[in-house]
Amino acid sequence: MTKLVLGPFNRVEGDLEVTLDTVDGVVEAAYVNSPMYRGFEEMLLGKAPLDAQVIVPRICGICSVAQSVAATTALRNLAGLEPAPNGRLAECLVMACENLADHLTHFYLFFMPDFARPAYAARPWFAKVAKRFKAVSGEAAAEVLPARAAFMHLMGLMAGKWPHSLSLQPGGSARPLEQAEILQLIALLRDFRRFLERHTFGDQLEAVAELDSLDALAHWRDGRRGDFALFLELAEDLGLDNLGRAADGYLSYGAYAAPGGLLFPAGVWAGDLRSLDTERIMEDPSRAWLDGYPSHPAEGQTRPVPDKPGGYTWCKAPRYGGQVLETGALSRQMVAGHPLLRELVLAKGGSVLARVLARQLELACVLPAMERWAQSLRVGEPWCHQTALPQSGSAAGLTEAARGALGHWLMVKQGRIAGYQIIAPTTWNFSPRDADGVPGPLEQALVGVAVDEGSGDSVQVQHVVRSFDPCMVCTVH
Amino acid sequence: MVESLNLLWLQSGGCGGCTLSLLNTEQPQLFDRLQDAGINLLWHPALSEATGAEAREILVACADGRQQLDILCIEGSLLTGPNGTGRFHILSGTGRPMIEWVRDLAGRARHVIAVGSCAAFGGITATGGNPAGAIGLQYDGELAGGLLGTGFRAGSDLPAINIAGCPIHPGWVLDVLLAIALQRFAGEDLDALQRPRLYADHLVHHGCPRNEFYEFKASAEKPSDQGCMMENLGCKGTQAHADCNLRLWNGSGSCLRGGYACINCTEPGFESPGHPYGETPKVAGIPIGLPSDMPKAWFVALAALSKSATPKRVRENALADHVVVAPVVRKKDRP
Repeated sequence: MTKLVLGPFNRVEGDLEVTLDTVDGVVEAAYVNSPMYRGFEEMLLGKAPLDAQVIVPRICGICSVAQSVAATTALRNLAGLEPAPNGRLAECLVMACENLADHLTHFYLFFMPDFARPAYAARPWFAKVAKRFKAVSGEAAAEVLPARAAFMHLMGLMAGKWPHSLSLQPGGSARPLEQAEILQLIALLRDFRRFLERHTFGDQLEAVAELDSLDALAHWRDGRRGDFALFLELAEDLGLDNLGRAADGYLSYGAYAAPGGLLFPAGVWAGDLRSLDTERIMEDPSRAWLDGYPSHPAEGQTRPVPDKPGGYTWCKAPRYGGQVLETGALSRQMVAGHPLLRELVLAKGGSVLARVLARQLELACVLPAMERWAQSLRVGEPWCHQTALPQSGSAAGLTEAARGALGHWLMVKQGRIAGYQIIAPTTWNFSPRDADGVPGPLEQALVGVAVDEGSGDSVQVQHVVRSFDPCMVCTVH
Repeated sequence: MVESLNLLWLQSGGCGGCTLSLLNTEQPQLFDRLQDAGINLLWHPALSEATGAEAREILVACADGRQQLDILCIEGSLLTGPNGTGRFHILSGTGRPMIEWVRDLAGRARHVIAVGSCAAFGGITATGGNPAGAIGLQYDGELAGGLLGTGFRAGSDLPAINIAGCPIHPGWVLDVLLAIALQRFAGEDLDALQRPRLYADHLVHHGCPRNEFYEFKASAEKPSDQGCMMENLGCKGTQAHADCNLRLWNGSGSCLRGGYACINCTEPGFESPGHPYGETPKVAGIPIGLPSDMPKAWFVALAALSKSATPKRVRENALADHVVVAPVVRKKDRP
């Protein structure tokens, strides 16, 4: 057996180390280490509850709005408050902007450049892919960065800035829009649609969103221009549908709470769809450099023990009724019942292909929803209700970041934060082993992957890791 | 033409948000701007191709002097805990604490840049008892010293350049890089906290669209009100050093334009202000934090005078979330 330590792992958010036990060039066991600890859950204790809105977005620069929404939702639930309808729409729009920008950044800047590596020089698609996706110098980045920056003007209009906005409040949004600003918003959404339709999909978003089977996808791809079709071509050639299978359990807290209801529902899919029961969530610190025992996050604690025997990460292991679940765009769409993704997962299980495909389909599904939300904003109607928090109480705030299920569990005593626990999407996906020794999703997904034991390099390992779009700064926080 | 500058970027005890903010660069797009400044990106954790052993080799070559290192950018605070060991952040794949890597690399770099308030002063990671022992490159909060010590000078003879902000505005970083490339950046371009004066000589108040409300002390009382946020909602825009309302963020934004208070994020210690962020601390009804350079007696006198002169339009709009009283239209009588 050979032991390989991979790191620093780049083009992920934050720092990641992966240790692989390999036999004959194949991964037999993987151990995922989140090597940085800052202690946000400790920092928050004793603060004024609304200060969480300043502090928690700064856990993560790429999921900053999601962190803000989770905290805001917990505070909202603590206050028993219903936000103003304009405020709900604003929250959906700001959140969707972050999530779609993250999907775009992941695809173009983090994930695709690995296919432009010399390891693939002999593949028939290599010249096209290298020209387009080479890290830093590829032509796609030069198109995507301005398009992304222009799309993020939504944040300038509706959130002041990104990352680290304070505009989303328990009662709605502190940033009312005037008529002229709503029109600017609609215009910039159309501009981003134009970019996606021209460069990413080579088709109307609605046509992509409606692809409902593997056959329909194959037919649609035939002769199609655009970056998505290029990805599908190389994915087929490399068999990315057979790479990176985890436990095939999928968690979603439900996304985009618009006034008419959630755009994507909450639930758990593990062979079939089940309703979400958050009481079944436990966090297990057994293999983390943390004290404590498995507990529900409402009772959870975070106390570092740097020399703990058996520890190999700062990340706790979340489990759902003891079950390993993954989370992210694929999970959201499995729970929502997207027919193409359900067919793919039932046939082959979760995979690099399925995770990346789900993000692309979300780009096509969510932007039209944003256009509807923007049209529903009403000048002159309220944006934000006044918040009055109780002196004591407990509440949870659940939301969906780009990377999946994000939960905050808040306890307030005598007007101060007395407990704050966070389970981020990559805490689920990159969790270590639990007390029973069951590996987390990435640890399972890496088993069986081929590795060059000499150099320790494996571009396939890179694909599997990045297919989860990990956010390491959220993972441990 | 500018000379080629090798830049290495590392992230430690922060959120990565300064890099994400950098991606918000308006046109010319980010990579064109770096090229225009002659920047050769040796390695950036979010952007580069090299991974694992390839990336470690770049770091080692910089640290032992085989690779010329012109600019070292550090994003995120330096984590000294637990007990000074730095083990709260071991740079993955190396088994070494990040603070050791940063000490070694800083000793080789011609310029050392702290990107964001975490790397400059410790930042948000240092709040609430600072569980990870977060400090900045040359400051620990307001105290000079930090990881590298007060006497540290990079190869250029400059101390660490503190591009403070949470996050940075992309323009602040790109302006500094271009100024270095054009040899237009010297010691006098840094303020007393080693922040680039090209943005830190302004106040966030400059260009605030709520200025008319400020003039008349027509104050917001709750989020989404249009009035000035200084009196009640904790806004420190009149004290905070930055050009946020001149440069603007994500096209047309800033914190104040987003409907929330300036929390003075370019200042050491902003992470623990001693009061809830959204409330203005007062003594006898008067905000403690007065505008920079303003004598208190004058402020109190002018505030009382301007409050008494507040037009109805300004007073009513201050407490509304949209214009309820429009400016009067002066019509000339026509036959």
